[in-house]
Amino acid sequence: MHELSLATALVEQVERVCEAERATAVEAIRLRLGALAGVNREAFEFAFPLAAEGTRAEHAKLEFEVAPAEIVCDDCGRRTTPGKIFLTCGACDSHRVRVTAGREFEIVSVEVIGAGEG
Amino acid sequence: MCKDCGCEEAGKWNRHTHRHADGTVHAHDHAQPHDHDHQHAPALRTVTVERRVLARNDEIAVRNRAWLKERGIVALNLISSPGTGKTLLLEKTVARLKDRLGVAVITGDQQTDNDKRRIARTGVPVEQIETHDACHLDAARVAEVLPRVVRPETKLLFIENVGNLVCPAAFDLGENFQVALLSATEGEDKPVKYPTLFAGAQVVVLTKMDLTPHLDWDLAACRRAIQSVHPGVFTFELSAQTGAGMDAWCDYLLRLVP
Repeated sequence: MHELSLATALVEQVERVCEAERATAVEAIRLRLGALAGVNREAFEFAFPLAAEGTRAEHAKLEFEVAPAEIVCDDCGRRTTPGKIFLTCGACDSHRVRVTAGREFEIVSVEVIGAGEG
Repeated sequence: MCKDCGCEEAGKWNRHTHRHADGTVHAHDHAQPHDHDHQHAPALRTVTVERRVLARNDEIAVRNRAWLKERGIVALNLISSPGTGKTLLLEKTVARLKDRLGVAVITGDQQTDNDKRRIARTGVPVEQIETHDACHLDAARVAEVLPRVVRPETKLLFIENVGNLVCPAAFDLGENFQVALLSATEGEDKPVKYPTLFAGAQVVVLTKMDLTPHLDWDLAACRRAIQSVHPGVFTFELSAQTGAGMDAWCDYLLRLVP
């Protein structure tokens, strides 16, 4: 259940953004979740309201942008999207591959209300 | 009546956004009636963030790594299920290495300092972190104990994470190497079931290998499972109990230290 820790970390970051922007509330949080990030979206959505309670992100809606995994093959050099479990090159089936994308879990943007430059 | 939420009761808690004829989008609390002038909260706006969710943890981890590097210390983060034998492996490893270089240990558990007491018997500095509700160590907790456990002579630091195959993999502690452990009493397909850890770890250690004659456990299948999620990963097969494979593991550790 590290999703609760992740949700707490997210709320802390969003609170900092609110502080910097002098925002009073957060309407939405856009997240980029990599296919290999090891984050369970349902567990995260369950944990978020617990972490956000009493903060400016309390009523924020979570929007997910899914980042597909990408691997690069050391044998044929092609970039492919791996299957769900086995990391083998989609072009030549080689095992000599490196993960180049899909591990990210990032805050893309937040929609806020209040103050700011306006 | 409001076209967005349909609320009519003044003062009823009901917050929403709505668009005006000039195209601006506003949000407001319904303390005010709906035939309002423009007295409501400023416009909804998008702030670009582009930061990792765990950015704060990662910043502390970077500081931990720099702190360790300044002192010439190599740190390993040991991650496995509960019962894989992390503590026994550490006890035996530390006993073999402690006369050759300075070793220190941080142990993490939800509760108790049992592991700390076991490691302390070897005579090396050890600190216990009790995580209570958390299922993993994080960089901040490690930063707190680093100055207490590290001595001037320390060269190798082992961090024994909370027994858990999923969560600890996500938290950078500032270590140099993540070590995933798997015992012969667990399923040989665990690397495939929990790929995040095994794909991210720089080293995989198979423990309790002395038990394999008594088990219906397929070493070749386990090796295939490891290689399928992390092609080319360095793998050790050993038994802390009998000492088999411990020389190769300890030689490897000694070579990590500059």
